[in-house]
Amino acid sequence: MSVKVYETLTVECETGNYHTFCPISCVSWLYQKIEDSFFLVVGTKTCGYFLQNALGVMIFAEPRYAMAELEEGDISAQLNDYEGLKRLCIRIKKDRDPSVIIWIGTCTTEIIKMDLEGMAPKLEWEIGIPILVARANGLDYAFTQGEDTVLAAMAHRCPEPELFVCERKLTIQNYFAFHSIKKHELGEYANSPSLVLFGSLPFNVASQLNLELKRQSIKVSGWLPAQRYTDLPSLGDGVYVCGVNPFLSRTATTLIRRKKCELIGAPFPIGPDGTRAWIEKICPVFGVETQGLEEREERIWESLKDYLDLVRGKSVFFMGDNLLEVSLARFLIRCGMIVHEIGIPYMDKRYQAAELLLLQDTCIKMCVPIPRIVEKPDNSNQIQRIRELQPDLAITGMAHANPLEARGISTKWSVEFTFAQIHGFANARDVLELVTRPLRRQKNLEDLGRTTLVIKKNKFKMSQ
Amino acid sequence: MKLAYWMYAGPAHIGTLRVASSFKNVHAIMHAPLGDDYFNVMRSMLERERDFTAASASIVDRHVLAHGSQERVVDNILRKDKEERPDLIILTPTCTSSILQEDLQNFVYRASIISDSNVIFADVDHYQVNEIQAADRTLEQVVRYYLDRLDRCYRQEKLDQFLTNAPSVNIIGIFTLGFHNQHDCRELRRLLRDLDIGINQIIPEGGSVEDLKNLPKAWFNLIPYREVGLMTAMYLNKEYGMPYISTAPMGAVDMAEWIRQIQKNVNTLTLSSSIKRVDYEHYIDGQTRFVSQAAWFSRSIDCQNLTGKETVIFGDATHAASITKILAREMGIRVSCSGTYCKHDAEWFKEQIQGFCDEILITDDHAEVGDMIAKMEPSAIFGTQMERHIGKRLDIPCGVISAPVHIQNFPLGYRPFLGYEGTNQIADLVYNSFALGMEDHLLDIFGGHDTKEVITKSLSTDTGLIWNPESRLELSKIPRFVREKVKINTEKLARQKGIETITVEVMYTAKEAFNS
Repeated sequence: MSVKVYETLTVECETGNYHTFCPISCVSWLYQKIEDSFFLVVGTKTCGYFLQNALGVMIFAEPRYAMAELEEGDISAQLNDYEGLKRLCIRIKKDRDPSVIIWIGTCTTEIIKMDLEGMAPKLEWEIGIPILVARANGLDYAFTQGEDTVLAAMAHRCPEPELFVCERKLTIQNYFAFHSIKKHELGEYANSPSLVLFGSLPFNVASQLNLELKRQSIKVSGWLPAQRYTDLPSLGDGVYVCGVNPFLSRTATTLIRRKKCELIGAPFPIGPDGTRAWIEKICPVFGVETQGLEEREERIWESLKDYLDLVRGKSVFFMGDNLLEVSLARFLIRCGMIVHEIGIPYMDKRYQAAELLLLQDTCIKMCVPIPRIVEKPDNSNQIQRIRELQPDLAITGMAHANPLEARGISTKWSVEFTFAQIHGFANARDVLELVTRPLRRQKNLEDLGRTTLVIKKNKFKMSQ
Repeated sequence: MKLAYWMYAGPAHIGTLRVASSFKNVHAIMHAPLGDDYFNVMRSMLERERDFTAASASIVDRHVLAHGSQERVVDNILRKDKEERPDLIILTPTCTSSILQEDLQNFVYRASIISDSNVIFADVDHYQVNEIQAADRTLEQVVRYYLDRLDRCYRQEKLDQFLTNAPSVNIIGIFTLGFHNQHDCRELRRLLRDLDIGINQIIPEGGSVEDLKNLPKAWFNLIPYREVGLMTAMYLNKEYGMPYISTAPMGAVDMAEWIRQIQKNVNTLTLSSSIKRVDYEHYIDGQTRFVSQAAWFSRSIDCQNLTGKETVIFGDATHAASITKILAREMGIRVSCSGTYCKHDAEWFKEQIQGFCDEILITDDHAEVGDMIAKMEPSAIFGTQMERHIGKRLDIPCGVISAPVHIQNFPLGYRPFLGYEGTNQIADLVYNSFALGMEDHLLDIFGGHDTKEVITKSLSTDTGLIWNPESRLELSKIPRFVREKVKINTEKLARQKGIETITVEVMYTAKEAFNS
């Protein structure tokens, strides 16, 4: 199999036999983000086993999620789904008293065609707690797309903007010319329609991005999701929205089509280049000219120097499992790395358009060929390609990490990028901290001379 | 429908995959949606496996839902056949895909005609059996497949039914992701060498399916853990008249019993041959008194302190029963309650621990176990990872004695639970759990070594800087272990720049400044 080099951006598609996390794993970070929520995963033992093992110790910390484990009677429709869910939800209400219960539909509920969307409003009315339904199943989605389905469902519950109240106030002020202190406050920001950012980020990272925009005099009027369900932002006609993560295409679509919002298509604020491009796309929408952004980016690059020296000229291979791949690859190319392949579970060319364009520009700027983008990759083929290319770093799932390490290929678990803080200027260093960790470790152990630790006759043997 | 946070035994396909990936050169294919191949992660992470796990998925997606798998499963089987040339391919559905009721048996049949590998369909019902039962069944199915086929095709010719000349055994049930299985296996090997008994085969771990035809050559079978292997042993007993020993050689008393059973079996079969009868009594005596420290340990005054201390034990049937017996009869510790999540084996379990504990608990609901522990307030718990966490919450020490396990239960050092070395390991585990508990208790009484909270890290608290309410809130959101550092850095920067009031902005400027 020869490795092709492309002049333009192309997306190939393989068999889709690849390893990734089940999208229900999104409950692990979403229940922490949305403090007053409870996630109920309606599925089988397989789902439960995955959650219990993937989330490790979290499971012991009285998490705000649980399985509604389907038994044989539920599958064969001998039991009443509605009554079953009602019983569990009443218990959850009693034990935890959440502000919202989110049902996560799984493969099984799809196959037996359990009408979760139909039951939710009825039960919601009966027990008095909002119930959202997100079909985060492995039949349709991969890993982080789980969050996408939840946020898309949540978007429907965002209140209509009380824009008119504001406007009326202003009008009254103008008419009667009362000078209030409020006016001074308004002056701090550009006089503009509201901006809502979507994507679940840790509290600190979200406030860093808020601050970043504040420096450009742009006020972020809300986040989807907010820290609490009860604080969901208002959405509606004339509200601008912008995504912070590359896997939120359904949410974006919902916001545009159902909530009539205006989407700002921008690269994602990952890496200093991405963050700058992200801000630069937002500012003109509000008629703001960016200030000091270039210097700021420059300063960040300056501060990364020690890490950049370490990664420059090194090659990297993304096997693909969390949809952050294009943004990360773009950042790493800008850092001077060579990217062989960008595996990705699903590529929404429209939602990621600005990001893809930035990737292309970055490649041209850095004088490197555009890497191949492989949608729905085939792990078995990819391992063959890794064998041929011998990259300095493979960014891969945990199923392949140890076997590749044993064959002398340094790896970084892709899952860590999902849980680490990687957005904004201040966190660029954290991304490189992750990327360089295997390289630094390798440097420390270099003198031991035992890079491959598998038996010679093994057919996946790669280097000496 | 039931509310569940945690389960002791996994879904059926995990059991099948564990058996398949334990054998050499066997590939498992799951008929499963994306993300159900989590088994590969577990094997790679927990066992720190160096090789790619020989399990892959034939993905069920929306398309399959609409049109059926059609050629896809067969193609995936044939592709694996070409790529990896396995001896055997096992196809298994998962909970989800088994509802689709596709005729997987038919796919297997079609694939087996074309492929060079043997192909079988794991015959387990995903809604009836759990991981452990499925592993037991799959192992039996594989063994039966190779032996029955042999019988049919080459009866009398190829199947060498003669026993080995010297006494030999098969060890059945050592496999991947098993609780300390690798160490136990090494310990069993050592024991059998001491007893001058050859090992014919160890299955499934590291075994080859092509060799399964030689299983009947052994004189008898050893089943160290009754959860997996018993079905195979019963099958071999029925078809080939092979005796088996299902006692777990755990603890000094059961060890002696186990060796005596071996002796009996060897002697029965030597009657007809020229080999002389064996007598292991001397060996048992020597090992129990001097190799194993456990017998001496329970006499020593250390162990005296444990007399009458109360414990709760919970785990799989084999480990929970053995540990209960060890604690009660070998160490004189009171077992307030002993239980297992192996509901299917409840009768055997009850019979085993009769008279060794006050109460018996058979359940697979961790909340029930937690409530029971809270009610009993034992001095120590011996259980699974779940009980360890229950113990943490209740401030009761816990020794882990059974799966489900976490990565720390796959130690690199030698830690068998079986055999004479196993008795030492168990004694350590038990003693350390209690000793820690005792120390903790004493510390509590005398106020501890150290005051728990350090009032302030810096010598002077008067910095003259003001944190505004937002920044204070922001600071409180930062994880505790780095909060102090962030605070110091921010104040340092503020002083450098002559800022008096610290805002959120100052905090993040400081973060950037000190990051580099």
